[in-house]
Amino acid sequence: MPGLVIEREILIEAPVEVVWRTITEPDQISQWFADKVELVVAPGAHGYMEFGDQGGPVVVETVDPPTRFSFRWNHPRGEEPVAGNSMLVEFTLTPEDDERTRLRVTESGHELRAWPDAEKQRYSDEHRDGWGEFLDRLATLLAKR
Amino acid sequence: MTTQADDELWSAIGDPSRRQVLDLLVSHGEVSASWLAERVPFSRQAVSKHLVVLERAGLITRRKQGREVLYQVEAGRLDQATRAMAELAAQWDRRLATIKRLAETAHAENKRKPS
Repeated sequence: MPGLVIEREILIEAPVEVVWRTITEPDQISQWFADKVELVVAPGAHGYMEFGDQGGPVVVETVDPPTRFSFRWNHPRGEEPVAGNSMLVEFTLTPEDDERTRLRVTESGHELRAWPDAEKQRYSDEHRDGWGEFLDRLATLLAKR
Repeated sequence: MTTQADDELWSAIGDPSRRQVLDLLVSHGEVSASWLAERVPFSRQAVSKHLVVLERAGLITRRKQGREVLYQVEAGRLDQATRAMAELAAQWDRRLATIKRLAETAHAENKRKPS
């Protein structure tokens, strides 16, 4: 498990296959993420996403229907996204039952992925010391200063 | 949106050991590297390395006092960092909410027309 920058989740009242299509079909992606999407959903596929007047390349990493989908992007610098210059967005879909799906997304930065394994292990061990708590704690401490 | 400065910030705060160092600096004010090293489960050398990264990201500043070097948190920058992270999280919350709406609408439509 790489170090996480951001981790969010939501419960959706729809079967996992429907959620899968929503997050992987380009005409759907253009409704929740980029304005324009050119993407083939296959591991290693190179695509392009446009945000307003800016655009950048995207590389698909994992396609494991209907539970895992990840891509790398490097917005807005426009270089080819590889490990070391980009952010990795990973979706995990977990069916709660036939009609409900838990969707989790993480966005992690490049340096974090270069951590030694021991460090990554420690980070996941410190599961409860997540970003949200860290932010809350900092906000509280800063407010006291 | 990611800029070079943001990248440095993310990687500086992304490391749990550095967060521990930051935590101590935030709660104890101005302290030395040796003081920090006594309170964390990693070496004095590791503390020094983390301090360099945090300083480069603008999150802490150093000051010489006699023979000691003291470090303290740069509250403005840290505040900016926490805001930026909160904004990134909020952005994903908005995207997830849109995904939820799209998927639930599609599901309702699928149910209406028998296949």
